Amino acid sequence: MELTGAEIVVRCLKEEGVEVLFGYPGGAVLHIYDALHVQDEVKHVLVRHEQAAAHAADGYARASGKPGVCLVTSGPGLTNAVTGIATAYMDSIPMVILSGQVPTKLIGNDAFQECDSVGITRPCVKHNFLVRDVRDLAETIKKAFYIATTGRPGPVLVDLPKDVTGARAEFDYPKKIKMRSYNPTVKGHSGQIRKATELLAQAKRAMIYTGGGVVLSDGSKELIELTRMLGFPITNTLMGLGAYPATDRQFVGMLGMHGTYESNMAMHHCDVLFAVGARFDDRVTGNLEKFCPTARIIHIDIDPSSISKNVAVEIPIVGSVPNVLRQMITILKEEGLEPDREALARWWQQIDEWRAIKSLGYRNSDTIIKPQYVIEQLYHVTDGQAIVTSDVGQHQMWAAQYYLFDRPRQWINSGGLGTMGFGLPAAMGAKLAFPDVDVACVTGEGSIQMMLQELSTMKQYHTPVKIVNLNNQYLGMVRQWQEFFYEKRYSMSYMEALPDFVKLAEAYGHVGMKIERPADVEGALREAFAMKDRTVFLDFMTDPEENVFPMIPSGGGQNEMLLAGRDAMKNRHEEGMILV
Amino acid sequence: MRHIISILLENESGALSRVAGLFSARGYNIESLTVAPTEDASLSRLTLVTRGNDQIIEQIVKQLNKLVDVVKLVDLTEGPHIERELMMAKIRASGESRAEMYRLVEIFRGHVLDVTEGTYTVELTGPGDKLDAFIATVGDESIVEVVRSGVTGIARGPKGLHV
Repeated sequence: MELTGAEIVVRCLKEEGVEVLFGYPGGAVLHIYDALHVQDEVKHVLVRHEQAAAHAADGYARASGKPGVCLVTSGPGLTNAVTGIATAYMDSIPMVILSGQVPTKLIGNDAFQECDSVGITRPCVKHNFLVRDVRDLAETIKKAFYIATTGRPGPVLVDLPKDVTGARAEFDYPKKIKMRSYNPTVKGHSGQIRKATELLAQAKRAMIYTGGGVVLSDGSKELIELTRMLGFPITNTLMGLGAYPATDRQFVGMLGMHGTYESNMAMHHCDVLFAVGARFDDRVTGNLEKFCPTARIIHIDIDPSSISKNVAVEIPIVGSVPNVLRQMITILKEEGLEPDREALARWWQQIDEWRAIKSLGYRNSDTIIKPQYVIEQLYHVTDGQAIVTSDVGQHQMWAAQYYLFDRPRQWINSGGLGTMGFGLPAAMGAKLAFPDVDVACVTGEGSIQMMLQELSTMKQYHTPVKIVNLNNQYLGMVRQWQEFFYEKRYSMSYMEALPDFVKLAEAYGHVGMKIERPADVEGALREAFAMKDRTVFLDFMTDPEENVFPMIPSGGGQNEMLLAGRDAMKNRHEEGMILV
Repeated sequence: MRHIISILLENESGALSRVAGLFSARGYNIESLTVAPTEDASLSRLTLVTRGNDQIIEQIVKQLNKLVDVVKLVDLTEGPHIERELMMAKIRASGESRAEMYRLVEIFRGHVLDVTEGTYTVELTGPGDKLDAFIATVGDESIVEVVRSGVTGIARGPKGLHV
């Protein structure tokens, strides 16, 4: 039987097992909305801004591991979604974006609500398609899901002209797809894997450095097994937190600009660096010229272009993380390879000395709420079990530092693009994926105001999230940099005329709480999390001038961290001023 | 180092802009770029000339391979290869210099395509440096207009680049 293009779109989503679709209607997608209206298998969530549709689909994908899907109209619908698409692209999140387009005969005519969606999104998608013929529609959507979820995942956009969704064709959904131009490598090169395993076994001061790739490939189990066999210290990037349990002794904390002293020092002094699903981002490496000066480097990544991009690697392995790690475990067992236990004990002794510095220590206060204390209490009250999303800025770093993530997909943040406004819609997406798990959105008064309107969506779809607003009345990270590098000239970083967030939450039908005293922090969090079925906005009035420490200033090496309480300006690098 | 990279590309609309966009987005330079269909209608062959150290060229090749529309590519400069470019040039040729210009064209194995009282329009093929040499020999003051096709190339030996 022939179906309309719009019906084909909906049938494709069902075939792909899509349970929830985030979107916003408009002229060019009305056929699709009509087809959605007469079915109830694919649940549609009506966001209040298309950027939120992309972020929510993204949050859903990060939490569940399934591709997130969103639907937006042509022109402004698509351009509004671009920030969300770019966010997903930078963090390699599997997502399919369906966008309406003006009818094919009007394309290029500057028609109402027309934009070159394929052109605009090209640099921030893994791939995109414009469907010109309804007979190509089903296969194109199949390809979109295939490309989005395989290899290094990423967002894929399918642009759908209105005449294509209105035309009719036979529906035949391909079972499998094969593309001559797209064949991601999964299995690593066995010779390279053997070489890497042997090098690890010879190491005297090894360091394991893992990133978002372990989370994306569901490689946590293999990573834990291998790390425990080897007994080496392990650090996770901001995107990789949770892949290895943060409460485990071998975990030395996050690394990078605001990572722990012990993880960065261990990176700097290691003799073998084992990088797994991480991309040597500038926030991790600090000054490349000073990066891991004594290390021989092994790097596993599914994307060949990530290898030797920033840092030259001795043993590259292209392949899927769990796949390669399993082979390494097998080799270690079969060959009975053992690292040098004496050297390892000495290495741990050194690391424990670095650890003893307690780089995440901070001075708590009885009179003013310290943001770090709020996160510690959040961890405590949720027993470390909540899914935590965050926005971008100081609060993001504090959440990453003080909430100890023990499982992958528990920590959801915009690491690559650093998108303020991400946290709230992402929390909504995560809550829809896991309705029975506590979801907290750690945010600040700056970020939250970029996506506030989603409080309305959260009311409509009943996604009870706890919003932990660390309200310091400053764009805190901007202010921190202005304090350190611009002699405290706080240009445009102070937030005046903030709304009364309690009343605002109430206006949207949620619960609002304002917390001003340290003694009330734990009680407020307990009260909020006890309200299982309500979204609660917790507005914590925190120390306005608290800084994120420790810190590698731009231009510094990983061994040049500034610690809290020392003179922050001491190690300023002139060359660092031009870096961001 | 100068590299000639030859790419088999899906003959889809927008495929060329993905390649061009990659170069501008990542700050790589393109010295020349040619593209045309092949004997297989579903494929285009794109030849581009770029410059960079080994690390940059390695990234360019990896990033190109990552594009979904790129089916296969080869860096021709890695092995023995033949490089050709077509140039048409309109040159001043009058009075005493007219005969001299004609001889010059013959030395460079060019053909005269069009003749006017004061000009010759000539066609030359060869590697890029031969065409550069012709322009240098003729001299700027004698050049009215130059069009070049950009470099195309093929590897020596019995093997071909195909899917």
